[in-house]
Amino acid sequence: MTAFITPNYLLALPEIMLAGLACVFLLVGVFTGNRSTVPLTFASVGAMAIALGLVLAMDGARETSFGGMFVTDTFTTFMKCLVLIGAGATLVMGLGYVKREQMSRFEFPILILFATLGMLLMISANDLMALYVGIELQSLSLYIVAAFRRDAVRSTEAGLKYFVLGALSSGLLLYGSSMVYGFTGGTGFDAIAAGIKAYGPGNLPLGVLIGLVFIAAALAFKVSAVPFHMWTPDVYEGAPTPVTAFFSAAPKIAALALLLRVLLGPFGELASSWNQIILFISIASMAFAAFAAIGQRNIKRLLAYSSIGHVGYALVGLATATPEGVRGVLIYMALYMVMTVGTFGAVLAMRQKGQMVEEIADLAGLSKTNPAIAAVLGIFMFSMAGIPPFAGFFGKLYVFMAAVNSGLYGLAIAGVLSSAVGAYYYLRIVKLMYFDEPTEAFDRPVGREVMAVLVLSGIITALFFAYPAPILSGAQAAAAALFP
Amino acid sequence: MSGWPILSTITFLPLVGIFFLVLIRGDAATVARNSRQVALWISIVTFALSLVLIGEFDTANPGYQFVEKAPWLPEFGISYHLGVDGISLFFLVLTTFLTPICIIASWESIQNRVREYMIAFLAMQVLVVGVFCALDFVMFYIFFEGQLIPMFLIIGVWGGERRVYSAFKFFLYTLVGSVLFLLAILYMYLQVGTTDIPTITAHEFGREAQIWLWLALFASFAVKLPMWPFHTWLPDAHVEAPTAGSVILAGILLKMGGYGFIRFSLPMLPEASDYFTPLVFSLSVVAIIYTSLVALMQEDMKKLIAYSSVAHMGIVTIGIFTFTQQGIEGGIFQMLSHGIVSAALFLCVGVVYDRVHTRQIAAYGGLVHRMPVYAAVFMVFTLASVGLPGTGGFVGEFLTVVGAFAVNSWVATTALIGIILGAAYMLWLYRRVIFGELTKENLKSITDLNWREVGVFVPLIGLALFMGLYPKPILDVLHASVVHLMTQTQLARVVSPAALELAGQVPMLAAKQ
Repeated sequence: MTAFITPNYLLALPEIMLAGLACVFLLVGVFTGNRSTVPLTFASVGAMAIALGLVLAMDGARETSFGGMFVTDTFTTFMKCLVLIGAGATLVMGLGYVKREQMSRFEFPILILFATLGMLLMISANDLMALYVGIELQSLSLYIVAAFRRDAVRSTEAGLKYFVLGALSSGLLLYGSSMVYGFTGGTGFDAIAAGIKAYGPGNLPLGVLIGLVFIAAALAFKVSAVPFHMWTPDVYEGAPTPVTAFFSAAPKIAALALLLRVLLGPFGELASSWNQIILFISIASMAFAAFAAIGQRNIKRLLAYSSIGHVGYALVGLATATPEGVRGVLIYMALYMVMTVGTFGAVLAMRQKGQMVEEIADLAGLSKTNPAIAAVLGIFMFSMAGIPPFAGFFGKLYVFMAAVNSGLYGLAIAGVLSSAVGAYYYLRIVKLMYFDEPTEAFDRPVGREVMAVLVLSGIITALFFAYPAPILSGAQAAAAALFP
Repeated sequence: MSGWPILSTITFLPLVGIFFLVLIRGDAATVARNSRQVALWISIVTFALSLVLIGEFDTANPGYQFVEKAPWLPEFGISYHLGVDGISLFFLVLTTFLTPICIIASWESIQNRVREYMIAFLAMQVLVVGVFCALDFVMFYIFFEGQLIPMFLIIGVWGGERRVYSAFKFFLYTLVGSVLFLLAILYMYLQVGTTDIPTITAHEFGREAQIWLWLALFASFAVKLPMWPFHTWLPDAHVEAPTAGSVILAGILLKMGGYGFIRFSLPMLPEASDYFTPLVFSLSVVAIIYTSLVALMQEDMKKLIAYSSVAHMGIVTIGIFTFTQQGIEGGIFQMLSHGIVSAALFLCVGVVYDRVHTRQIAAYGGLVHRMPVYAAVFMVFTLASVGLPGTGGFVGEFLTVVGAFAVNSWVATTALIGIILGAAYMLWLYRRVIFGELTKENLKSITDLNWREVGVFVPLIGLALFMGLYPKPILDVLHASVVHLMTQTQLARVVSPAALELAGQVPMLAAKQ
């Protein structure tokens, strides 16, 4: 009779609040038109801030609701914080761009809000159905914002590509889910885990494994890990820059959270099966991104490859399937979010004579024409390359620590060597900014929102070593939640 | 003195300078002038503080002194832990000494982006001093690898024609070595449960683990030192770096490789160090002979001195891996003396480069007629580099070779051949640049050293001669710590199976001492 018990709505309060506010904003937008874009953007950021407050107000004990479909624990708290901060920061940062580039339509902040809502649902999903609903809510919003500049060919192309490939991965996910449901008799994560356990070791039917592989492939697509990464550079390049910033910050974190939860939760028993998959995509992502990024000329494409590489490093932690490894993943993703938001802030500042420019070569001599942005972007580049004392180094430190601890020496060596290869393309940006002569200065002013995000993320990246405790202890607690 | 964190003060004082540098406002000329002043004074104050360190140092104590310890990442067993012993003390002082020299040497030759230049040098100083003080592995690594950033910028922004290539080569080469070192640190941490260097030193690793760890450490230190065949970044980096950048590279950065061998490889991995001694000896011997021959044929002055550095570092590694007191002390002394002498030689090249803007040896000749003071200064450092008795180079080379003879006379003999070759290329360089007729048109109006340059060279000459004539104070500081290091390595050596095979040699070795 459990189905008739009133669900504990309080657990989903941030999501319910976001959904309600998004609908209200939509109505406001419909009646007031595009002139309300700016107020609605700030209102959306405010809604995210309230959601952040509500998420943080929960005590973090593991609780489920809606018939076990929805879960909250310290892990969901940590990941939701990251997603909300990333989404809010990119939304604020993109405001100037939205106003300038004829994207000032009131739907934009609302779609971002719906996508964020979808991500929060993904993070809290404790059932394959809930997972799919969350993913679709997120993805459908993202397809639209990718094609938001509908009169620009590249933007519509990006949206279409993302849609076609995203639909394919959703199909994979559904197929995998149906296989798993068929062989374990449940869609809830707890039921799947119990079903797998009931088969006992050695008697596992092939169907479960096939289902697992399909689900893992679909989620690898969402985090854009090699070999399911092909859409990333095109979509990153084609989408409007604030959207790209949003893509690289929030959805990636949500998808990774999902990957962690699914693999360690219902399929935790099968760690020895799936960690080969993760091992392979981790090494492939790190190595491929390191080499493929070298030849890029467009900064957004370069950052797309860079994000593929970072997912590879984060997956090093998952491959260990230990609490230390997951802690490493979470620390890595938190720092990655800060760095990538800041880097896109710098990309948003790349404007010459009123036109956005995206060639890496346009950064030449930035240290002379705009020393502040050059210094901050330089910090991000060294940090992403993993050079101490910046934050990116610590992210790599913890995942490699977990890999060495689990005896995955080959993975660790492949990782550090590809990080040395990858350092080349980050250094190339520093070289352009500092060693080369300036061509043309970027327009000023850059915009207060962009500068605020840039400075803030720059400070966090540069000074993380001085006070790492909040992120470390948060990640520690969050990782513990996945290993009851 | 006990309560005051003097090491932290010395390490992080330049950050205060950086802070002031960032705040300077005004037009370009004002900023440049004030930047030079701020950087110079901060570095001089830091140097003065480090002299206090020498005064307060207890030479009888083999352990770490001026220790500071505070929790940093307690859940990982990583702490903020600083301290110096006899081995690191002088490297620290060498760093604080060379930084003001570099700043004075760049007074006029650096005209663009002076503020950034000074920030890079002060940041460099923070990181290098941090390397020599750090007693925690993670801290050490952060300092060790962090200085790639300022050095990359120094070479790339203020360097010569092929600066971009050289800066990338320097960065990536060193990075590849360092990341393997990082994995070794992580492994040790997971074995011991802490990254505290004294604790890890006391831990005994299994034989197989030692071998792998040693190789990972070697990858980093051999590139940094550099040892043949990992040295190819060095001539490029040296040649393209601005004068002061070469001074820091040759004077200090190279020493971190040797310091790493002494501080980590030997005491932490004694069995593996013993096992790999033949490898190190072979590479060192090749380095000494090969790079000396290469140096003979160089047409670029900086390149010649760069190759001579590789040869000198070969002598250092031989000294360190003799496991004898003379050898190790000789190696350290050689590094200190080379830090002074090669820095001074690069400054000598910088002097004529500032005037003529070429480093080609063939472009010079007969400078003695116009620049007698310069000729004298260059002479002193040429001879010090050759290892003439009475200069610091002699003491280091002599002790090293004595140590080497006790272990392996072939290695010692080749080291001596290298020293002879060193005399050949250095004296030949001197002859071609200084002596002969003054025929080149553009040299006929060249001016001798000005007061600023004399001021740079006087302390360097003083130190080079002091180290040669009266090395006792320096060796006294080294003794206790080196003897302590010897017991750490010898103890493990006696129990190691490899040592039992060498049992025949050990009594002989002991008898020679």
